[in-house]
Amino acid sequence: MDASAVIRTHGITKVYTMGATQVHALRGIDVDIQKGEMVAIMGASGSGKSTFMNILGGLDYPTAGTYELDGIQVSALSKNKLADVRNQKIGFVFQGFNLLARTTAVENVELPLLYDRLGRVKNPRQAAVRALERVGLGDRVDHLPNELSGGQQQRVAIARALVTEPAMLLADEPTGNLDSVTTVEVMTLFQELNDSGITILLVTHEHDVASYASRVIELRDGRVIRDEYQQRASAREDLERILAEREREELEEVNT
Amino acid sequence: MRPFRLVKVAGKSIIKNKMRTLLTMLGIIIGVGAVLVMVAVGDGAKSQIESQIRNLGSNMLVVTPGSSSAGGVSRGSGSFNRLSLEDAEKIKNESVFVSMVSPVVTTFSQIIGGSGNWRARLNGVDVDYLLIRDWNLASGSWFTAQDVRSGKKVAVLGKTVADQLFAGQDAVGQTIQIRNVPVQVIGVLEPKGQTPEGSDQDDVVLSPYTTVQQRLSRFRFISQILVSTSNQNDIPAAQDEIGAILRESHGLAQFEENDFEVKNQTQLADAASGTTEVMTLLLAAIASISLLVGGIGIMNIMLVSVTERTREIGIRMAIGARGSDVLVQFLIEAIVMSVLGGAIGVAIGFGGAALVANVTGWSTVVEPNTVIVALVFSAAVGIFFGFYPARKAAAMNPIDALRFE
Ligand SMILES: Nc1ncnc2c1ncn2[C@@H]1O[C@H](COP(=O)(O)OP(=O)(O)OP(=O)(O)O)[C@@H](O)[C@H]1O
Ligand SMILES: [Mg+2]
Repeated sequence: MDASAVIRTHGITKVYTMGATQVHALRGIDVDIQKGEMVAIMGASGSGKSTFMNILGGLDYPTAGTYELDGIQVSALSKNKLADVRNQKIGFVFQGFNLLARTTAVENVELPLLYDRLGRVKNPRQAAVRALERVGLGDRVDHLPNELSGGQQQRVAIARALVTEPAMLLADEPTGNLDSVTTVEVMTLFQELNDSGITILLVTHEHDVASYASRVIELRDGRVIRDEYQQRASAREDLERILAEREREELEEVNT
Repeated sequence: MRPFRLVKVAGKSIIKNKMRTLLTMLGIIIGVGAVLVMVAVGDGAKSQIESQIRNLGSNMLVVTPGSSSAGGVSRGSGSFNRLSLEDAEKIKNESVFVSMVSPVVTTFSQIIGGSGNWRARLNGVDVDYLLIRDWNLASGSWFTAQDVRSGKKVAVLGKTVADQLFAGQDAVGQTIQIRNVPVQVIGVLEPKGQTPEGSDQDDVVLSPYTTVQQRLSRFRFISQILVSTSNQNDIPAAQDEIGAILRESHGLAQFEENDFEVKNQTQLADAASGTTEVMTLLLAAIASISLLVGGIGIMNIMLVSVTERTREIGIRMAIGARGSDVLVQFLIEAIVMSVLGGAIGVAIGFGGAALVANVTGWSTVVEPNTVIVALVFSAAVGIFFGFYPARKAAAMNPIDALRFE
């Protein structure tokens, strides 16, 4: 086994019990993810992607199996310790952004630092501004979520996930609520972050999005049915091509 | 560092939701305001009574025949009158601290004179009485020690009696009839007003006690002995001393209780304000109920807001807030809102008390203690009623909270 594995799961199962019926959402997942990987998790609706991500993100406990994150046995932690792991080791990005309403971008981003028990960051605001600059929103620091576009809101959420400098970024359908151009923009950001060394796991339905990852894991009925490395496409190149195409179309429109 | 950050988090949440905050605080604001006004009315009445008592005389002690119990059977207050002239005499001669003494013999009598016929209190007193009572003459003169010794038939009239009998004329020099005995009016007193119990102190005729006892009635009992010290600091010592003198004078054995009472003005005030104390308590109790309702209001709105804020709680937990962080945040929010509401309530209470005083003419007093108690109480309300919703919020599971729509 490789010592640089960030994530190591063994026999993860998850059973939801609803009255008499039991739903086996995960039926034994063994996955190792190395530091610096960018992994796309795919699969049909109900295949268990979100359930798996929630367990990886420390938001939920598996029914059975072990999960080791950065050398910590997460599946054995108490609720409070799990909260600390979420705070210090994991950056989670949601499909629906999940920003606090009536709260400016920078305040949203500094929030995780306010819950940091170690108080590692002395100036949360400054760190939050830097995280916003990193996702290209240095000029939107004091904007409220409802004053931002969907893509910008998702970038605020990514900045919030980054601000604690976590071991990895987990994103459950981060582009699910975005249009195609914004999707490529956000994927460009993910690729840049990945290039700077951050491990990224993202759930997606779209093959286009998955093509930007260097590894694709596919689930079906709570099992891994495919786990392949691939040559990842460059989101930046795609973005530039799309923007250039757009410009040309606009020019044509003006000319006619 | 961390608690401070949580205070910051709670503070932001309060500021960002002004309407919710205001609604939450409203109950406390009204409750504290109501308590303050009610207690101010009660305290105002009490302080008015106290000032009336102070008006009774300066450095004054009142000795009255008290309840005596023999063989465990209480005979009730004043049931067996054992105050005598000798008692007054003894106090005068033996006490170190007492500077003035006057026995008071009280009876009621029909007074005939001038144009009228008036029933008034007839007090037989000694020469020191006026000084003890801090009372001045409006006209005429006061009787002398010689008048007392000889039992001279002279009287000094209270303002009310003088007005009733000699309206518009000078009463001094006139003759009045008390129980068919002609008595000469030598002076008229300045008005003194009402006692705390509401009786008119000016509805009185003062004569030497010898005259009253020997010539005007067959009433021999001394209803009170009024005493005053030259120095206010001597009052407690004088109280003890008089007690010892009278016990000896009455021949009381060690185990027997006093058959008299010696009260200072504070004790008199306490007795007189006993009823207003009850009233204050009652008013405060009623107002406290509104504070309680205010507290329930806080809980109610916080419970609703826990549901409404489920998503927010989920987000906070997802990024690493512990259950205890959420608990503390909600508790701080509750406390800050209730104390803030309390403070606004205090301000409104001050205004309300002033308004009540203005409109009704009652005197209202807002004591610093009332303000402190109101603030502490509202903080307690915040903790008490904020705890349940806060715990509910803290017990949430992040996944369920995030999935909540
Ligand atoms: N809280 C829950 N209680 C009961 N069953 C659940 C719960 N959460 C998920 N499930 C079930 O577990 C299975 C996996 O759900 P999951 O949300 O992981 O799927 P998914 O792959 O994320 O689907 P989608 O692509 O639609 O988001 C589904 O059958 C779902 O109904
Ligand atoms: Mg899902």
